[in-house]
Amino acid sequence: MPAVRLCVKGQVQGVGFRPFVHRLATELSLAGEVSNTRSGVRIDLLGADDALKRFRLGLYEQLPPLARIDQLTEERLEPAPAVDGFHIIASESADTPLELPVMPDTAVCPLCLAEMFDVADRRYRYPFINCTHCGPRYSLIRSLPYDRPNTSMAAFTQCEACLAEYHSERDRRFHAQPNACADCGPELWLESARGDRLSGDVIEQALAALKRGEILAIRGIGGFHLVCNARNEAAVQRLRQRKQRPAKPFAIMALNAASLESAVELTTIGRQWLESREAPIVLLRKRADTGGALAEALAPGLDRLGTMLPHSPLQWLLFHEAAGRPSGSEWLEATHPMVLVMTSANRSGEPLITGNDQAREKLSAVADLFVMHNREIVHRADDSLINAISEPPAWIRLGRGLAPREIPLAQSGPSVLAFGAYMKNTLCLTRGDRAFISPHIGDLDNADNCRTLEESVGQLCDLLGTRPEHIACDLHPDFHASRVAAAMADRLGVKLHAVQHHHAHVAAVMAEHKTTEPVLGLALDGVGLGWDGQLRGGELLQVDSAGFSPVGELVALALPGGDAAAREPWRMASSALHRMGRPELISRLFPDRPGAEAVGRMLERGVNCPPCSSLGRVFDAAAALLRICEVQRYEAQAPMQLEAMAAGVKLADLQSLHRIQNGAKGLELDLLPLLESLIDEADQAQGAARFQAALILALTDWVCRASRAQGIKRVVMAGGCFLNMSLRDGLRDALIRAGIQVLLPQAVPANDAAISLGQAWAVHMKCSGSHV
Amino acid sequence: MTRLNIAKGRVEMVHGSGGRAMAELIEQLFADAFANEWLAQGNDQAQFTLPPGRVVMATDSHVVSPLFFPGGDIGSLSVHGTINDVAMSGARPCYLSVGFILEEGFPLADLKRIVDSMANASKEAGVPIVTGDTKVVERGKGDGVFINTTGIGVVPEGLNLSGDKARPGDAILLSGTIGDHGVTILSLRESLGFEADIQSDSQSLHRLVAAMVEVVPEIRCMRDPTRGGLANTLNELAKQSGVGMQLFEKQIPVREPVRAACEFLGLDPLYVANEGKLIAICPQDRAEQLLEVMRAHSQGRHAAIIGRVVSDSHHFVQMETVFGGSRMVDWLNGEQLPRIC
Ligand SMILES: [Fe+3]
Ligand SMILES: [Mg+2]
Ligand SMILES: [Zn+2]
Ligand SMILES: [Zn+2]
Repeated sequence: MPAVRLCVKGQVQGVGFRPFVHRLATELSLAGEVSNTRSGVRIDLLGADDALKRFRLGLYEQLPPLARIDQLTEERLEPAPAVDGFHIIASESADTPLELPVMPDTAVCPLCLAEMFDVADRRYRYPFINCTHCGPRYSLIRSLPYDRPNTSMAAFTQCEACLAEYHSERDRRFHAQPNACADCGPELWLESARGDRLSGDVIEQALAALKRGEILAIRGIGGFHLVCNARNEAAVQRLRQRKQRPAKPFAIMALNAASLESAVELTTIGRQWLESREAPIVLLRKRADTGGALAEALAPGLDRLGTMLPHSPLQWLLFHEAAGRPSGSEWLEATHPMVLVMTSANRSGEPLITGNDQAREKLSAVADLFVMHNREIVHRADDSLINAISEPPAWIRLGRGLAPREIPLAQSGPSVLAFGAYMKNTLCLTRGDRAFISPHIGDLDNADNCRTLEESVGQLCDLLGTRPEHIACDLHPDFHASRVAAAMADRLGVKLHAVQHHHAHVAAVMAEHKTTEPVLGLALDGVGLGWDGQLRGGELLQVDSAGFSPVGELVALALPGGDAAAREPWRMASSALHRMGRPELISRLFPDRPGAEAVGRMLERGVNCPPCSSLGRVFDAAAALLRICEVQRYEAQAPMQLEAMAAGVKLADLQSLHRIQNGAKGLELDLLPLLESLIDEADQAQGAARFQAALILALTDWVCRASRAQGIKRVVMAGGCFLNMSLRDGLRDALIRAGIQVLLPQAVPANDAAISLGQAWAVHMKCSGSHV
Repeated sequence: MTRLNIAKGRVEMVHGSGGRAMAELIEQLFADAFANEWLAQGNDQAQFTLPPGRVVMATDSHVVSPLFFPGGDIGSLSVHGTINDVAMSGARPCYLSVGFILEEGFPLADLKRIVDSMANASKEAGVPIVTGDTKVVERGKGDGVFINTTGIGVVPEGLNLSGDKARPGDAILLSGTIGDHGVTILSLRESLGFEADIQSDSQSLHRLVAAMVEVVPEIRCMRDPTRGGLANTLNELAKQSGVGMQLFEKQIPVREPVRAACEFLGLDPLYVANEGKLIAICPQDRAEQLLEVMRAHSQGRHAAIIGRVVSDSHHFVQMETVFGGSRMVDWLNGEQLPRIC
């Protein structure tokens, strides 16, 4: 009888892979053994050729939900070993770090759900149910290898029943590290805002409080959520007030996609992501005709709404309670009217709260009731966020369920640790031909985020068992990340590479598309510091493995007040008016702004008015000129409201309203005529639509000229401006029509969350090639 | 000896030649104004004896545009600045030296105004200018006037203030409003019109310091938040002492017009220069008493406890904002460069 050895690489440990192999082999009457190795799983098989063939097929077709096969190699074993039956063999010792991916947290699987709602099951209504197909991972892991003592489950000793499952090769909970039950596992309790522990059924009381319009702080998988009834306008307003968050949109949660249909337009891709194991917040287009069923205050002035489905057992239990504790799984398919606001619990600008004490301290004035638990959250994880109103969907934030994100690279190379940007900071570490992006760390204007950054550096290196050989950071001298990077490079004695912001933006997209070939990079965002000390947020670069060269940029506008101009779009409008030579219009257009008089003088004298070639700021100027948004109360409010305003508008006619000239800065694109056309526009929606459409014309013209000049027909679109789907889709379609190949950010966000990957890939390319 | 035409005359290269013209300038412009026994000795150096104690010495070069501003001028500023640097050690300032670098063509009338202002500031402070020097540079190679001053003082027995002495739990005190000087200068220089409501806080602080150390000799350290403002000074101290700092925005005094001007200009008042304010760090249990002493003094009427020293291996300075959030008070490389992408 023939014997073979299969070596499997990928996501094959801690996901029920060996029990699955055992079942498959036994079903096919194959003899042999399976064991974990440092690099994956090894399977020795002995049996008939036909059975072996069916095994290989079954390996892919019946793969457990969390498993992923990246590589399968096979060799013949000669002579065939003498074995009897099929066995799972103990793992190799784990002295050296495993070359395995780190697994993110995943939503409850259908099998666990069925158990949780089965009155007869021993885990009926147990809010920490999980198995090898689902449950928390990254949020619990202190160190590798991924074994219970190295997780926050170490605090709980499994009872006999749980242990039996844990040790049984045939059980779904075989080596499920967070395995637990009500007798031995973590527990839930309720506290008042004053910190008194309340008695009674937690779920029942939590639901009653939601019905009363109260605000709950619920400890979840990666942190606390603030929760209230999304149909109760007063409750939502109260939450806004207490959280001091006047306008930024709130995400909602419903039982299932069908229950969301009255509120949003479900796209196919949106539905897929809603129901995915990763369970992110999915942005979908708001229905115009919800008939006031949801609170107006959820996402004021926007055409879209963040939606998600339950992903933790506790969230499911709230809906189960609302549905009257039905048994079985049928009710899961029916629509249910309950819609909850589910927003991350933090104070403005601060990171998501993970600890009970922290929640008591910081949320006592926000929440009426606390749902606490005692399973420590080792790694904070914000909800992931994806925009699915159009295809391909666009990631906005990679958090719970998606990070650490593994990106396969085009080539192997030295290990690079990259420190990311100032806002939406993430880290990225490469190992061999893979890059790993840390979860969203946040904006570095906050000390806790800066601390988290420093902790994450060590964790990421430990988790991957990798010591960086190169370190990368931004050029800006005032990013905390760059200071930490410099200190670490110094300590390790490795080279520090400062990578220009937009080079990194473009390289990030190249990384995920596995390319090192020259591309034309169109980077459009807010502000990045250039190699020459100039601030840019709109430029064309030629990027290849050796580096980049500038090809063109937007004509700069002054930023009156520096970062203040990014928060107050009326300042950008004033700057544009000043450049048009019409400063007298500033106080006419913005009579309510106390500084309208003085801003003209400020621009005149160039006081704290650094010039910046930024499309983000041009969007701000347009939104303010159209009086859509004069002061932003959250990031990107102005461009998002402008996009919403333009949605679905039919344009009368369209002409180009830009100038391109070949100047000292290469191809210079001037959008001033377009902004000028907005001054006297009486119809905000027409103005917004014209702005976007003419902008697409201008960018298309610009990119096509550059493409001809450089002889490059592949364009990367990168930077936060491409979170605007109308701009992204419109420009992409126009470029494709012009015969240009377009590469879009898909695996990672277009915004600064991708900077770490881009920095890493820029250095990785440079150091792997002949350009060292 | 000829009389200088102070009303219409200008600084000429010859005034720095070392010859008779220079002697005339010194005689008629400086000697009269600064008149004291040490200058009267007529030597190239001043000779004096100091009271017992540790001697401290500090130097500061002053360049400011415009030279005259509401609340002072480069002359008074150059006296206050150096006196304050000496005083921050807890010392009593005793003597000053001055070095002028004058640009050819600078009006003698302006020079006289500056010199008189210096003389006044020095008399008012009770710290004589005992030696000096003058140089003239060609037109275009200076900005009117640059003034260097050096000060010498003596620290009384029992005091030992130093920037490395802050300890977790200590209180951080500030002697008054911040941002006044920097905003006044900027507004005036760029004709922004805010200067009607505000003026520089330029003043010497040694009397306030004397009152403070007398009642609370346990003060750990003091510093004047000049260039770089409160933010950079606190970061320096945090680093030097190996501690963190927690500030409370609500408690940091900022005059309303300064706050409004900063908001408008997109400047953070924490980073704006002051010329008559000090930060003191003292043990928590002496903070209230120290605050009382400060508030009782005319130079510390608006004093406040603005935060506390905390233990933090990162040496972060952070601030609870008026909105209840928390933000980093970063140690910037230089100017405030835009960071919002
Ligand atoms: Fe960016
Ligand atoms: Mg000084
Ligand atoms: Zn499961
Ligand atoms: Zn158990």
